[in-house]
Amino acid sequence: MKFWLSCLGIAIAAGALALSAANEYLFFAGFVVLTFIVLATAWNILGGYAGYVNFGTSAFFGSGAYAAVVLFQALGAPLLVQIAAGALTGALLGFGVGIMTLRLRGIFFAIATVAVVFIMETLMINWRYVGGATGLQLQRPEAMAPFATYARMLFFVMTLMAIAAVGIARYIQTSWVGRGLRAVRDSEEAAEANGVPTLKLKLIACVVSGGLMGAAGAPMPMYLSFIEPASTFSLNWAIGALAAPMIGGTIHWLGPVIGAILLSSLQQIVTVTISGEMNVLVVGVLLVLFVVLAPDGVLGLFKRWLKSSSR
Amino acid sequence: MAEKLLQVSGVSKHFGGFTALAGVSLDIAEGERFGLIGPNGSGKTTLINCISGLLRNDGGTITFGERDITSLPPYQRTRLGITRSFQVPRPFSTMSVLENLLVPTAYVLHLKDSEGEARAMEILESMGLADKAQALAKELSQVELRKLELARAMAAKPRLLISDEAMAGLAGNEVDEVLEILFALNAKGITIIMIEHIMQAVMRFSQRVVCLDAGRIICEGTPASIVQNPDVQKAYLGA
Repeated sequence: MKFWLSCLGIAIAAGALALSAANEYLFFAGFVVLTFIVLATAWNILGGYAGYVNFGTSAFFGSGAYAAVVLFQALGAPLLVQIAAGALTGALLGFGVGIMTLRLRGIFFAIATVAVVFIMETLMINWRYVGGATGLQLQRPEAMAPFATYARMLFFVMTLMAIAAVGIARYIQTSWVGRGLRAVRDSEEAAEANGVPTLKLKLIACVVSGGLMGAAGAPMPMYLSFIEPASTFSLNWAIGALAAPMIGGTIHWLGPVIGAILLSSLQQIVTVTISGEMNVLVVGVLLVLFVVLAPDGVLGLFKRWLKSSSR
Repeated sequence: MAEKLLQVSGVSKHFGGFTALAGVSLDIAEGERFGLIGPNGSGKTTLINCISGLLRNDGGTITFGERDITSLPPYQRTRLGITRSFQVPRPFSTMSVLENLLVPTAYVLHLKDSEGEARAMEILESMGLADKAQALAKELSQVELRKLELARAMAAKPRLLISDEAMAGLAGNEVDEVLEILFALNAKGITIIMIEHIMQAVMRFSQRVVCLDAGRIICEGTPASIVQNPDVQKAYLGA
């Protein structure tokens, strides 16, 4: 209850902000941060809860973006339909990839997911309808009332999507699925021997995670008024989606949110104040620092601090 | 002999060119205390991996109760009533001891957490682990880990419990403790297969013992007859 009330509060605040006279840049930057919250939350469902490290976030994100573009090109579909299509595409891809790769463990699974990125990118490069390698300019429609600009509207929509993603991740974490996924992460053999249908649970996680990533990708073409394979399938999406939960903490739904806000905001600041190239370095440095110094992320640090101050 | 609970017929398993099991057949009766012995690498763990479903046997069939379970995945076998402990304990290390037991109560018995917790605490108490219920599994000592393995296996209300070297590496009084637990479980009607290297323990526990060597059963009988058997002596001591 408290959770949903705070979600409502955040949604209202985001809506009010989008309607206020705040600087337009805030919405441009905020949209990216929110996208990373969705991606990190989605990644954590499979990577954090079940321990299956997915390096292929870009594949899911990109296929969602392209699904949106196809629908927009063919039917002029509105944003919400594009997002639904992105989610569906991501979920289907998650199912397909899951069936084929979830029997692999550890590093082998991770490598297989990287391969999916290259496959998807190659497919899109060779598909004329969506612009091939050179990409496609998109004429975005007018922003819906009451929003003054498209960026403000996207900011609000992405806020709702982030809330939905976190709500889903939280539900999974606290439901029977979550306990099963944790069991899988701790010991897959023991999980099976204790009645956990491991393959089914991993598939559920992969489908939900892929669906959310696809949904996160769908508004991107409209945000940029442009789509092109190299940046859409850029591994930066995958690295960011993976780094945020690592930095925030993987065992709780709040971890990826904290991580994404920290990391992505910092990246935005660095992009503006130093350079667009340096922001990738930020991810690398932070990731190394956290893996070495705080392997349980910000949440782990906080827990340790609570423990030591209660003594 | 009482009714057959588990029937293993002609089960074989190969790893590449290596034959781990070469047509093993055995019947286990409901309520029996059954001992499985054999030197290292004789196929004991492979056999119970085939029974619990972690490995799929290449040939032969496995029947549990009336049902052919040869091609069932492990989690379904657990739901039918076959549970096991692992030779090297595999706790859910990021969960508390109590939560470890809630996995089977939720996934096998489909209990709500409140009901599952009641059942789990009962089991933990009977095993002397109750005061560790809230401790993380990774903080347990070796003997506590062994008990957790058994407790977790019990939480699923099994008909057949396979104990894979639950006493390996334990001190004398700890062995007695675990043995007592297993006797108590059997007294409740649970059939138990014990795999063990500690001869004294198997011999004291089992009503019937089978000795494996190089993937074959080399003899079967009461504990007393097994130790006298020249084939067993040869398998263990060489000749």
